[in-house]
Amino acid sequence: MRRVVVTGMGMVSSLGVGIKTNWDGLMASQSGIRKIENFDVTDLPAKIGGQVPEGPTEEGKFNADDWVTPKDRRRMDDFIVYGLAAAEQAVQDSGWVADEDEKAWRTGVLIGSGIGGLSEISGGAITVNEGRARRLSPFFIPASLINLVSGHVSIRNGFKGPNHAVVTACSTGAHAIGDAARIIMWDDADVMVAGGAEAAICPLGVAGFCAARALSTGFNDTPERASRPWDKDRDGFVMGDGAGVVVLEELEHAKKRGAKIYGEIVGYGMSGDAHHITAPAEDGNGGYRCMQAALKRAGMNPEDIDYVNAHGTSTPLGDEIELGAVKRLFGDHAYNISMSSTKSAIGHLLGAAGAVEAIFSILAMNTGVVPPTLNLENPSDGCDIDLVPMTPKERKVRTVLSNSFGFGGTNASLVFKAFE
Amino acid sequence: MSDVADRVKKIVIEHLGVDEDKVVENANFIEDLGADSLDTVELVMAFEEEFGCEIPDDAAENISTIKNAIDFIESQQG
Repeated sequence: MRRVVVTGMGMVSSLGVGIKTNWDGLMASQSGIRKIENFDVTDLPAKIGGQVPEGPTEEGKFNADDWVTPKDRRRMDDFIVYGLAAAEQAVQDSGWVADEDEKAWRTGVLIGSGIGGLSEISGGAITVNEGRARRLSPFFIPASLINLVSGHVSIRNGFKGPNHAVVTACSTGAHAIGDAARIIMWDDADVMVAGGAEAAICPLGVAGFCAARALSTGFNDTPERASRPWDKDRDGFVMGDGAGVVVLEELEHAKKRGAKIYGEIVGYGMSGDAHHITAPAEDGNGGYRCMQAALKRAGMNPEDIDYVNAHGTSTPLGDEIELGAVKRLFGDHAYNISMSSTKSAIGHLLGAAGAVEAIFSILAMNTGVVPPTLNLENPSDGCDIDLVPMTPKERKVRTVLSNSFGFGGTNASLVFKAFE
Repeated sequence: MSDVADRVKKIVIEHLGVDEDKVVENANFIEDLGADSLDTVELVMAFEEEFGCEIPDDAAENISTIKNAIDFIESQQG
């Protein structure tokens, strides 16, 4: 099987724009969770979120004009704009330019979203409901469609290889990267731009997750304390917006052009819970088998893993179930690994989560520092492994495993290895 | 220049993100101003909104330049 490495990365989150801005934020134990101020939250039990901060480029904030023309912005829900921004960063970082037919044909895009253009869809529904169907924008459909991130990235860069999009709720980003790696392994492309994008923090999105009783509602006055995986006081997840995109490349292709290599994707596992539409199976069997499948594909044992970037959403049920599955799979080695949840800093980016967390895992490997689990002040009973509470921790990291679990009982795990 | 012409040009500049000096009366939306088929649909909707008129699909098909738009709208208002 052909080997696949990571040669470019890009990110947008509530901590800001760019890999450096985000990593610096994590290393400073900063939180991107704030009060929602751009729409009325009076009737919503959850009033906070990890929204992308708009502002000057030089401050690491999001300035849409850096990525799309005002004309194009009208054709895109925010999730597409964030996805494009992350993809442009990643492509630029990789130095890859598809300037010949053969190169273009061998470069594909696979960027998904959990929910897609919810804000656009709710606005369109209001227009139609008001009896103004003829006033609906001709851009309504293309502005909302999930695969339009992949579409725009391919159009902008001339990438004419496989063009695909994953939709598996909160496992989307991880599935996208795993599936894209396989497309390269199977020799259907040499380069794939892969990841996830999300912008579901809008009245309909927040109301929907509130109705499902999934969100934190007890920290509306202290937003930065709301996302607290494994902590006794956790009471639900915090929504986050943004996008994470990587450039994956066949190893020899990357070496030949002298690309910098951040790491190798060696394992990818998938499983289904077959249990419940929103709740994880209590025995953690889905997550367990998913991690096991990723290790099998990597040809590795649990002892080979140094760091786990957990799904860890800060929900009362999920965090401990995941930890239980990790302990069962890793045995005594669970006490040697570090495991943290970066959702504590940027919230849950749903369909983008797996992609930004894969990037954080790769950065841990490249910097020798694991990012912290913020707000983990009083771990729940049994949460006795190193969960990197409060502040980052230096340690040698050669191999990382990143977990993503989604509504519908869909699980994905990725394993990355330092490139030597 | 008529009031209608000013308002039409303003809409075109805003929607297509083009420079003001390109928006001359004979400018063709697609050939000269870089619009695609969806842009032209949106432009027609914007004209309808701005001038409170209805532009039927068969009339819209014949509106391909700034001048076409101005003429049609003025004919409706007259």
